[in-house]
Amino acid sequence: MPKDSGIGASSKRREDVRFLTGAGNYTDDINVRGQAYVYFLRSDIAHGRINSVDTSTAEGMPGVVRVFTGKDFEGVGGMPCGWEVTDKHGAPMQEPPHPILAQGKVRHVGDPIVAVVADSLEQARDAAEAIDLDIEELPAVIDMKSAAQEGATLVHDDLKNNICYDWQLGEADDAKVNDVFANAAHVTTLDLVNNRLVANPMEPRVAVAEYSRGTDEYTLYTTSQNPHVIRLLMCAFVLGLPEHKVRVVAPDVGGGFGTKIFHYAEEAFCTFAAKACNRPVKWTASRSEAFMSDAQGRDHVSTIELALDADNNFIGLRTNTYANLGAYLSTFSSSVPTWLHGTLMAGNYKTPVIQVNVKAMFTNTVPVDAYRGAGRPEATFQLERVIDKAARELGVDPIALRRQNFVTQFPYDTPVALTYDTGDYNGTMDKLEAAADLAGFAARRAQSEAKGKLRGLGVNCYIEACGIAPSNIVGMLGARAGLYDAATVRVNATGSISVMVGAHSHGQGHETAFPQVVADMIGIDESMVEIVHGDTSKIPFGMGTYGSRSLAVCGSAMVKATEKVIDKAKKIAAHLLEASEADIELKDGQFSVAGTDKSVAWGDVTLTAYVPHNYPLEVEPGLEETAFYDPANFTFPAGAYACEVEVDPDTGQVTIEKFTAADDFGNIVNPMIVDGQVHGGIGQGIGQALLENCAYDENGQLLSASFMDYAMPRADDVPFYGVDHSSQTPCTHNPLGVKGCGEAGAIGSPPAVVNAVLDALNSGGRAVDHIDMPMSPSRVWTAMHG
Amino acid sequence: MYNFEFEKPSTIADAVAALATEDAQALGGGQTLIPTLKQRLAAPSKLVSMGGIAEMQGVCVDDDGSVSVGGATPHVAVARDAAGSYPALAALAGQIGDPAVRNRGTIGGSVANNDPAACYPAGVLGSGATVVTNARQIAADDFFQGMFTTALDEGEIITSIRFPVPQAASYQKFLQPASRFALVGVYLARFTDGVRVAVTGASEDGVFRWSEAEQALNKEFRPDALMDLRINPANMIADLHGSKEYRAHLVSVMTKRAVEACM
Repeated sequence: MPKDSGIGASSKRREDVRFLTGAGNYTDDINVRGQAYVYFLRSDIAHGRINSVDTSTAEGMPGVVRVFTGKDFEGVGGMPCGWEVTDKHGAPMQEPPHPILAQGKVRHVGDPIVAVVADSLEQARDAAEAIDLDIEELPAVIDMKSAAQEGATLVHDDLKNNICYDWQLGEADDAKVNDVFANAAHVTTLDLVNNRLVANPMEPRVAVAEYSRGTDEYTLYTTSQNPHVIRLLMCAFVLGLPEHKVRVVAPDVGGGFGTKIFHYAEEAFCTFAAKACNRPVKWTASRSEAFMSDAQGRDHVSTIELALDADNNFIGLRTNTYANLGAYLSTFSSSVPTWLHGTLMAGNYKTPVIQVNVKAMFTNTVPVDAYRGAGRPEATFQLERVIDKAARELGVDPIALRRQNFVTQFPYDTPVALTYDTGDYNGTMDKLEAAADLAGFAARRAQSEAKGKLRGLGVNCYIEACGIAPSNIVGMLGARAGLYDAATVRVNATGSISVMVGAHSHGQGHETAFPQVVADMIGIDESMVEIVHGDTSKIPFGMGTYGSRSLAVCGSAMVKATEKVIDKAKKIAAHLLEASEADIELKDGQFSVAGTDKSVAWGDVTLTAYVPHNYPLEVEPGLEETAFYDPANFTFPAGAYACEVEVDPDTGQVTIEKFTAADDFGNIVNPMIVDGQVHGGIGQGIGQALLENCAYDENGQLLSASFMDYAMPRADDVPFYGVDHSSQTPCTHNPLGVKGCGEAGAIGSPPAVVNAVLDALNSGGRAVDHIDMPMSPSRVWTAMHG
Repeated sequence: MYNFEFEKPSTIADAVAALATEDAQALGGGQTLIPTLKQRLAAPSKLVSMGGIAEMQGVCVDDDGSVSVGGATPHVAVARDAAGSYPALAALAGQIGDPAVRNRGTIGGSVANNDPAACYPAGVLGSGATVVTNARQIAADDFFQGMFTTALDEGEIITSIRFPVPQAASYQKFLQPASRFALVGVYLARFTDGVRVAVTGASEDGVFRWSEAEQALNKEFRPDALMDLRINPANMIADLHGSKEYRAHLVSVMTKRAVEACM
């Protein structure tokens, strides 16, 4: 029976009332009295040496408050990287400076050179046009393999080469790996590109900063997934400000998808300039600026080799990847191709020998960082594509080949540093086969063929490491921050509850789902619980929302804090009921003495806590508790996806006819929200597979710099999804038994789509091994006729 | 955008007078011009809106049976009001952009702009329509002169476009995945005196007539008549979304589909 409230209920998203009626409060809705506007003059070339910047005319233009260049920031820190990766020889990664405004060189189209602050945005733009830039264009470093060559043009002149790090995970003994491949009965090899993406949240980035001379305090309103992280990075590493004098507010945020995790130059600039100009300073990115300044995603070029024995058991896996970092290290960029990618190369399979090699490259392109899934989609794509190719080469059923190699015993230590605590990959695959009606595929294919279309079925599995934490492990791996989270449960006198959380909701539905948990634990109505998030002056120090971590990590902190509240409330109830604390039970918002009909209501206890007239003297008044939670392990959501496509043989056009997801997210708090998260993730995965392509030409010009050329998925590009999350193996180490669901769809769906298209083509008699994403009609047609 | 003067005249004569100012520019629905202004890629001294001129609005059927569309008529009105009189043209209008674009964008604006991937130029050229301006009447075959280039003089306004109605017609549009302009669009119209095939989206020279296909279809109006015809890829557009060869191939496929739709 579906529940109608509490954990497991599909409570409607309360935040949608304000979002859908235009009552949201986004950063661009915030206007501060007396604010000035900043316009960033950005590089229109990919690589160049700045000979001179003449701002003298601009400074005298109407409305101009002040013009800033890189020189104004020479004594200021650059944008920091939050994760130090150690290369395979034990050396730290090469870590070039990332100035707020370009110093010496420009390194990508969109690199900010000058910032003009003026009374209006149009005046700032007018003044920017009067700036005289003398920039000597240098050859652009674009292709990663060329960039790795000895003697290649350097993106950063002070580095020894363009390789940030040459990293390895898994089996370090090359001879052992070679031996596995030499003795394999079959080896399948595949060259793959994981296409670069632009996240394109509906709301572009915005920053508004103000400074009070009276109190020496700053407030920064910004479009962020993690306000405390922004405050820490900006204060400690960039501007050298004391944190207690800085408030960072991330109000309603219109989508992040990872790209709003990072600390960006523009928000540090506005904070700096607010004091320097003694005026609040506002910046709102145009969509064009978003294309050339938001951290982009993916962009891996890989070769993967899978070795199988004579019985089709996976015996070895080796990958060699070039990962594009762009021109500078974005906040968490270094972790994505390494610890969020290499560690997932085992997938759902018990392959005993795995070696992952990653060269991370600097190029004259926009920085690349985490985008929904972050490293895990890249791992899943390689693995599930090579398995599919192996099945075709061997003439075996791709599902059977996967089942044969599944991990079935838990906990399972992979050869690439993770311990999967739980899972049931065969059970999840069973759910998929039923939900997707795979048995009926042949009949559906016949129907498509009767219309002159090729129909294909693609199936794949995925596993991801979510709930990112634990701090001690990520610390050993190079993280420069902890990854716990925090919650404060503040019970008001009349029994309503405000929960201040470190997680940030920007589409995930926390404001609905988190109260379901607290209300369920106490037995009160969900409407009595409100979530407070996104303001460092209100919430405890939590690490924000990314990596499908909010419920698993912050939700666990909230459970711990609620448990503390309940424990204290029981003491008060015991006093009121003149009973022993050990005999007090809490059910449906009533405290009762076990085995009696004596009870006191939640609201009476909370009122007593704040009006402690009849009160246990040894207990502090009030009812408010905080908990920090640092998990013992990652969580491991896993699933199996099936995609059916039709390909028009005349045009190469692919349409998705059916898409089914079977996910194991452990326990589920709100099934409707989980469905929505999966839908959104699959939509983005289909976007990557069929449509989205962030492309640069050889000079580093962004070819897909607007929605005229960058194809976002639209409603009619995606089918009605089938989503089944009834396969549930609860996480073994967090109190809710939850695993996280935010990224799964984006991780699991691209290989399903590609596998389906290749199945359609091969079944139609065309031997095509692979088509790079996005599988545009042009690419599919070319592959069919190539 | 840069500052500009704005006028919204209510007669064609006033509009012509307003456009006499140096660097003045006519504004239709603004679906191309306004984004261009926002990016500071154009700096007209004055915008003269066509939106207030009643005689440039709407769809009507003339005495000779031809369909006239006022130059300032938005796509949504053509999609609705030409559905009975010229269904293929109405269908074309209904496929332009999205609802917001169709409610703002106008036929005169689109045709005057002559974007190489726009839909209307194919419909106008494929129909053998007549572009009527404040000064003269221009045959479609003379009007389109290469991408973003037309026979219009400075300050000349498209007041209406007159379409002869064919026996059968079809617009087959293959979408560019991002912009949803035509990657290739083929407008085929079959008249008693012959077939016209106009292609948009494909050529570096903008919209063009595929005369070989017309000749083949005039001999024999069936899809197979096109079987051995290939268009030369040399002048086709190549970009992120398709090679020259792919576009050339799509011209054949879309033309064949248009024939099938007219059978």
